[in-house]
Amino acid sequence: MDLDPVLLARIQFAFTVTFHIIFPSFTIGLSAYIATLGVMWLRTDEERYHRLMRFWTKIFAVSFAMGVVSGIVLSYQFGTNWSRFSVVVGNVVGPLIGYEVLTAFFLEATFLGILLFGFDRVPPWLYVLAAGIVAAGTAMSAFWILAANSWMQTPAGHEIRGGIAYPADWIGIIFNPSFPYRMAHMLNAAYLTTGFVVLAVGARYLLAGKFTEDARTMMRMAIGLLVILAPLQLFIGDQHGLNTLKHQPIKVAAMEGHWDGSKPGDFHIFAWPDEKAETNRFAISIPRGSSLILTHDPNGLFPGLKSVPASERPPVPSVFFAFRVMLGIGFFMIAAALFGAWLWWRGRLFETRWYLHIVSFTWWTGFIAVIAGWIVTESGRQPWIAQGILRTADAISPVPATSILGTLVLFVVCYGIVFSMGIYYINRLIAQGPQGRALEHATGLPNRPIAAAGAAAGDAMSGRH
Amino acid sequence: MEWYLPVIWAALIGTAVAMYVILDGFDLGIGILFPFTRNESERDQMMRSIAPFWDGNETWLVLGGGGLWVAFPTAYAVIMPAFYLPVIVMLLALVFRGVAFEFRLVSKSKTAWNFAFVAGSTLAAFSQGVILGALIQGVTVQNGAFAGGHFDWATPFALLCGFSLIAGYALLGAAWLIMKTEGPVTERARGQAKICLLLVLGCMGAVSLWTPLSIPRIAERWFSSPNIFFLWPVPVLTALVAFGLWRWIEARRDVLPFVASIALFLLGYLGLVISSYPYLVPPSLTVWDTAAVPASQIFMLIGTLFLLPIVLGYVVFIYWLFRGKVREGESYH
Repeated sequence: MDLDPVLLARIQFAFTVTFHIIFPSFTIGLSAYIATLGVMWLRTDEERYHRLMRFWTKIFAVSFAMGVVSGIVLSYQFGTNWSRFSVVVGNVVGPLIGYEVLTAFFLEATFLGILLFGFDRVPPWLYVLAAGIVAAGTAMSAFWILAANSWMQTPAGHEIRGGIAYPADWIGIIFNPSFPYRMAHMLNAAYLTTGFVVLAVGARYLLAGKFTEDARTMMRMAIGLLVILAPLQLFIGDQHGLNTLKHQPIKVAAMEGHWDGSKPGDFHIFAWPDEKAETNRFAISIPRGSSLILTHDPNGLFPGLKSVPASERPPVPSVFFAFRVMLGIGFFMIAAALFGAWLWWRGRLFETRWYLHIVSFTWWTGFIAVIAGWIVTESGRQPWIAQGILRTADAISPVPATSILGTLVLFVVCYGIVFSMGIYYINRLIAQGPQGRALEHATGLPNRPIAAAGAAAGDAMSGRH
Repeated sequence: MEWYLPVIWAALIGTAVAMYVILDGFDLGIGILFPFTRNESERDQMMRSIAPFWDGNETWLVLGGGGLWVAFPTAYAVIMPAFYLPVIVMLLALVFRGVAFEFRLVSKSKTAWNFAFVAGSTLAAFSQGVILGALIQGVTVQNGAFAGGHFDWATPFALLCGFSLIAGYALLGAAWLIMKTEGPVTERARGQAKICLLLVLGCMGAVSLWTPLSIPRIAERWFSSPNIFFLWPVPVLTALVAFGLWRWIEARRDVLPFVASIALFLLGYLGLVISSYPYLVPPSLTVWDTAAVPASQIFMLIGTLFLLPIVLGYVVFIYWLFRGKVREGESYH
């Protein structure tokens, strides 16, 4: 049996990075939400803000732990599976990761200690400041990682000598052409993801008639945020797409399923891209829709997939379908946010049960959209790992396929156990709901996040609900 | 090329690795000592003593690995494939023990996550020791890339180093418990610290004999003139520190055993650095062979010199904030 090490290494990285991105997409937004609640608490001295802050901090702790451990794995995989990548672009990408560690990781990890365990040891302002620093740390981390990834998409500020990339202009490297768009798009996506989780949890409580005061606060804050950010994401995404058309036109051609660049592009609501026949099957399309979006002209032309040989094209179906998943969720988010705001304005937000039912099931939408978006941009860059500099097939380590297969199986088994348990525990915490401080003391619970979940689980099992 | 830049970077990464080994060492050590008590409330106490710190401690590992990639991409690209399996096993072990902090208190029975914590901590320590030992022995390199076999690391010496590091981390963990806990946990830790100290000294002795006997380059480094005149204080100091450590444990001191354990670790580490310098990947690649271009090293150095003191500042702050002893049954709130 012939195993392809490149394919196995790609599957392994896709698996570990997909698992990882779930947690940052949540914790970037959640830490900002926790800090916001802290500031509201300091300003208004209202207990509900403090209660919510403590509640979400417990959930943050579990998510963050999983984000940390899955992130450490990634920082070593560049070497274990992609050592040629490390050598060829290490001079450029390495320092960006280094800055991430120094400016973000230590900040997050250290001040999280204060946020989780320091409440009785520091004054309230420092406690809230720690929450703010954790939030800033997560955003800073995103800044450096996205700079590195964007450089792999649209390299700039470097020169190639002897096949190795050397830095020439650091500002040019960090603020490469796609970076501002990707940064705005991803940060906004993280806030949207968290917003929908908070909204769903609030709706769940209202439907169950539990924690109604806190649930209303959560829903109001979430809708207030989403009604601005969800439509904004459409605009940012559009700008990001135009930027991609300029720098990676074949990726856009794959997103649109656009084969023949000599004709204006239709927007395919659904289609089955057939890579062999170089055409789409079963297409339901808006004529000239893509040309209108991308060139602002129904007769505008943009490059098609056939303008490059098949070996230079990304895998069209995965890019094409992932793009539609992301887009579909994006439009759903806009509709849900606008409708929620309208209900709120009419004073019926908390009484419209069918709306609560729908949003109570939408906690996962942001995660799927983020993953789909990353599939679009990462698959769309293929066959390159660093656009125009290094091909994915040339980037791997001198490691036999059997080793990669063995560790891939290990990763799948271990992550399967660890992360399904983690999500189970987060669900427990949510089921338990926000608790006042006095209540925690009364029941003598140690305020370890999971300990609280354990108590909830214990209560549920012994029927003391 | 500026010859001093790689040296500065080697020193910086060496510092990060030393920070990692000491800081994560004591919290991995807690995991290694975990099975020696059956009392869950004592285990809670042990775990609480490290709960606010472990995440920050592990970040030094990312800095060490990331720093190696930034400053010495060629070395990184050789070391990671060479130690492919031990590195991945170490990472997965760290995944399990990291989430065990949060997960063990929720399960109906703590057994599963206690086991994950113990096995994860022990396996991570063992893998790190194996990687270290195999690196000291040398890696086969051709044209700047790893060219050896995929089980080259599995040598008796590397396995010895794996066991040494388990004993060493357990020593740090026991000394930490002496400093941070009270009651039966502390009493047990005193006994454990003594046993671990003996094991560590045995291991250090074995490594100190084995390396010069099997690797001529290391024998020459230590025993040729004039090196020996400069280097003799290292083993002497090690013996003195070990003696002090034993006495301070017997004298029931709280803080000094931990300080002495750190000193013992640093001396052992210094010994390995002396043996291997200037090779980053013995026996062929030096720090200069594997360095990133000066532009990359300088860009990162400026930031590091500015940021590392800040990082150290708030690391010190959080240890100061959570100073003092953790009592049995006491929670952080």
